[in-house]
Amino acid sequence: MTAVIETRGLVAGYDPGLPIVRGASIRVGRGELVVVLGPNGAGKSTLIKAIAGLVPIEDGSVLLEGRPITGLPAHRMIGLGVGFVPQTDNVFQTMTVEEQLRLVTASMPRNARRPALEVAFALFPDLARYRTSRNGSLSGGQRQMVAIASALLAEPKVLLLDEPSAGLSPKMMQTVLDKLLDIRGRGVAIVMVEQNVRAALAVADRAYVMVEGVEQHEGTAAELLNDPIVAQLYLGRRGSAA
Amino acid sequence: MTPQLLLDGVLLGSTIGLASIGLTLTYAILGFGNFAHGELLSWGAYLALPIAGLVSGALVTEPLGALSFGWPLVAAAFIAMALTGALAFALDRILFGRLRRRGGAMTPVIASFGASLALRNFIQFVFGPQPAYYSRDLQIAMPFGPFRVTPDQIVVLAVTAVLVVGVHLLLSRTHLGRAMRATAENPQLAQIAGIDIAGVVRNVWLIGGALAAAAGVLVGVTVQLSPGMGFDLLLPLFAAVILGGIGSVPGAVVGGLVIGLTEAVSGPLVGAEYRTAVAFLVLLVVLIVKPTGLFGGRS
Repeated sequence: MTAVIETRGLVAGYDPGLPIVRGASIRVGRGELVVVLGPNGAGKSTLIKAIAGLVPIEDGSVLLEGRPITGLPAHRMIGLGVGFVPQTDNVFQTMTVEEQLRLVTASMPRNARRPALEVAFALFPDLARYRTSRNGSLSGGQRQMVAIASALLAEPKVLLLDEPSAGLSPKMMQTVLDKLLDIRGRGVAIVMVEQNVRAALAVADRAYVMVEGVEQHEGTAAELLNDPIVAQLYLGRRGSAA
Repeated sequence: MTPQLLLDGVLLGSTIGLASIGLTLTYAILGFGNFAHGELLSWGAYLALPIAGLVSGALVTEPLGALSFGWPLVAAAFIAMALTGALAFALDRILFGRLRRRGGAMTPVIASFGASLALRNFIQFVFGPQPAYYSRDLQIAMPFGPFRVTPDQIVVLAVTAVLVVGVHLLLSRTHLGRAMRATAENPQLAQIAGIDIAGVVRNVWLIGGALAAAAGVLVGVTVQLSPGMGFDLLLPLFAAVILGGIGSVPGAVVGGLVIGLTEAVSGPLVGAEYRTAVAFLVLLVVLIVKPTGLFGGRS
């Protein structure tokens, strides 16, 4: 089966000759939620930023449904079907919720813009109530919803999320994760970088564990939860999972 | 303080505000203060001078009503705005853009000093150091409520108001405007939202250059043209941008009005040679109270 998004031996970094991602290869299928785990500095965020066109790629390739999109500029990605939600600064604080969403719909055919907005508001009913509020006045969870809704407006084939639970209360984090499950159910491939390993594996189909810029382990969420090495390194447990 | 001083301040301030719109946008989006921006004002004013002469053969040259100028200058102003926008864009392509990619943060700023000198001296080389005029007709000021105002001054205020409202509508109601605001606030997020930053930067230079040229023509209509006219307004332009909050178009306009009014009102009190210093004192006080400027949301 052709993966929706795939990287092959990806080498990427901010400065030439100093790669942070050093040959990472991952595959994510349609309607699959895959988590990228790993210690700080492992290159998790850099990997998905490189896929999204935000970090220069030195070697390797990125394939979207089998077609190469390696190194394309970031502003073309959303039109191709690659949505990205950054960890921080993921909304325009001076804009209203609706203004931010209209930014994305502007590239759509005129008659598709309003329906796309209404679909987004149907998926995130809270945002419909705040559509005229400035993003800067919203809570962290509401901003995360605006950011995810922005990425979903163009009906992406793959959604990349950089630590979507960062800074959220446990209740709001669960709301975000439930929403991601809903989005996965619509057939969107999801790649999520997450520090909250337990919460991420609870909703993930599969996971990759990155160490020093390369994926070192791969498996289903259940396999990784029961892997003694992963458990010891990333879940703070000794031996196999209880 | 007489009402006439207020009118003089509004006239000066509105021109400063209009010219500083391009400066605040390039400052916010490209992250550097362009010290050559004042020269765009001069170039716009001086480009309109020969163009008005060239087009006068095809248009009625009689002054429009009580104004000191006719259709040739109106047509020349539009052409000068387009050419100055193109000049600003060319400066970025040839100079600033390359330095932004290769140099440090200060390199484009220093380069803009050099570009300012070159642009100013080129005007002086072509047109000479003496002041020039669109028209040498004397205008009689008419009583207008508590003010005395010339027809040219009324047109300057009206044109400035139309252009400022037009820019406000562009930024708030159009996709290009939203894209410019988005890029100014968070360039990376703008790219993620599908905005082509290079396209936004191109439009910012074109619009900023055109507005500076319009301000230059308006100064030329009410005062005179001189090679140093843009340079003389450079510090007030920066003061307006910083006072209003970098990146804020309403802030630049209000900042310009505050600077213009302060200069006009303080002139009779402290002497003309110190009135700019008073304007900067007001700037310092505002920044101490609100470091991000009157309309600035972020530091």
